Amino acid sequence: MKYLIIALVFSASAMASEPDKLRQQELRNMLAHDCGSCHGLTLKGGLGPSLLAENLVNKDDQFLVHTILEGRKGTAMPPWKPFITEQEAFWLVKKLLK
Amino acid sequence: MFKLIVLSLLFCFNAHAELRATGDLGVVIERAKGSALIINTSKKNILAKIPSLGDLSHASVVFSRDQRYAFIFGRDGGLTKIDLLKDKVAKRIIQAGNSIGGAISQDGKLIAVSNYTPGGIKIFSAETLELVADIPAEYGDKQLSKVVGLVDAPNNRFVFSLFDAGEIWVVSIKAPKKPDIRKYKNIGKQPYDALLTPDGRYYIAGLFGERGLALLDLWDAEAEIKRILPDYGKNDEKLPVYKMPHLEGWAVAGDFMLIPAVGQHEVLVIDKRKWTLVKRIPVIGQPVFVMARPDGREIWVNFAFPDNQNIQIIDAKELAVVKSLIPGKVVLHMEFTPRGEQVWVSVRDDNQLIIYETENHQELKRLPAEKPSGIFFSSRAHKMGL
Repeated sequence: MKYLIIALVFSASAMASEPDKLRQQELRNMLAHDCGSCHGLTLKGGLGPSLLAENLVNKDDQFLVHTILEGRKGTAMPPWKPFITEQEAFWLVKKLLK
Repeated sequence: MFKLIVLSLLFCFNAHAELRATGDLGVVIERAKGSALIINTSKKNILAKIPSLGDLSHASVVFSRDQRYAFIFGRDGGLTKIDLLKDKVAKRIIQAGNSIGGAISQDGKLIAVSNYTPGGIKIFSAETLELVADIPAEYGDKQLSKVVGLVDAPNNRFVFSLFDAGEIWVVSIKAPKKPDIRKYKNIGKQPYDALLTPDGRYYIAGLFGERGLALLDLWDAEAEIKRILPDYGKNDEKLPVYKMPHLEGWAVAGDFMLIPAVGQHEVLVIDKRKWTLVKRIPVIGQPVFVMARPDGREIWVNFAFPDNQNIQIIDAKELAVVKSLIPGKVVLHMEFTPRGEQVWVSVRDDNQLIIYETENHQELKRLPAEKPSGIFFSSRAHKMGL
């Protein structure tokens, strides 16, 4: 019984780590068009750096999530915390690294 | 036989009826698909769609002085010359890896493109798109800076700003193969865009890395860079900017000029005789475009995420917001007809162009467009700095 509960808790948290389908669509649109206004629609870079996987693989996931949520001082990167949860930022990072 | 002659005469007339003038045409960018629409502002319709223009996620357009050709500058370094009479691409090249905008010279013979990668500008023949000059934006220890705010200026010059270097360069192209470059250094941190006044006299770069703007008087060969509004909003918290404002055109009302603040939800009113701040007009969000109707009577403002469903209209007499509109999801650009009776608005996520009558702010018509962004009318052909 204990195992079952643990397993359930794990699967619940795994499910919770994915935004729902509608939100995924919104996040994808946000990535292409809003992040894209500085990083390019194809994420090849613009005023902001390229977000293609090859440029991100050597960076720590936690650092990338932190950059999305808090922004980067001294650059044009703003904090997206008011609009994106930590879990959603993780999802975006995973998507970028794919 | 007679019948045949009549018929063939009819065909001739018909062919004449299809002649097209270009003074009331325009180009609308469809950013996600990489296509452009050719539109007519008198008939308020779409004439043609030109596909396969590459990455147009940040695109701008200039027009040849005969208003026959539109030159589209794409994000991916694509430079495309569109024939507005034939609805087709006349010539297309990829001239850089990552690019931001362009300009056409005073005499209409040269096209300059500003590039992020490799940082610099390249100058092309407007006729053939052959490379005429390559000017890397080199600074410091052989680094290349991203180039922004490229405009044409009188006496066949191009003026632009170096985002990473904090410099303004003036290039004289009288001998295009040997361009004469004048560099102004330490103009301020991170110039993000610039504008030229309609008389071609002042070049003004907005700064992102610090407060204020950098002003260059192009009438005075000895002029130094003058910093204006260095203190605006210095006691206020700087708000996050989710999209860089654009300095395009010049919103003028009498002796006043209106520009977007950076990191404040305000439109700034500057007295252009003394270059001092007259008023800060509160608005709903971070302004992106602050565009004056051609007669200067009112100024239309759109906004960065998350307020980008709105437009606010500032009255030039009252210097205050007099009307707010909610055109729809993600208003990206606005363009006035040459004498300003209409304004066309692109609404990205609703896939619509909305045409408003400016006298009463009523919607006149909607046209379908796929993720429309920049709107550019051929009347720009005869305006300096656009």
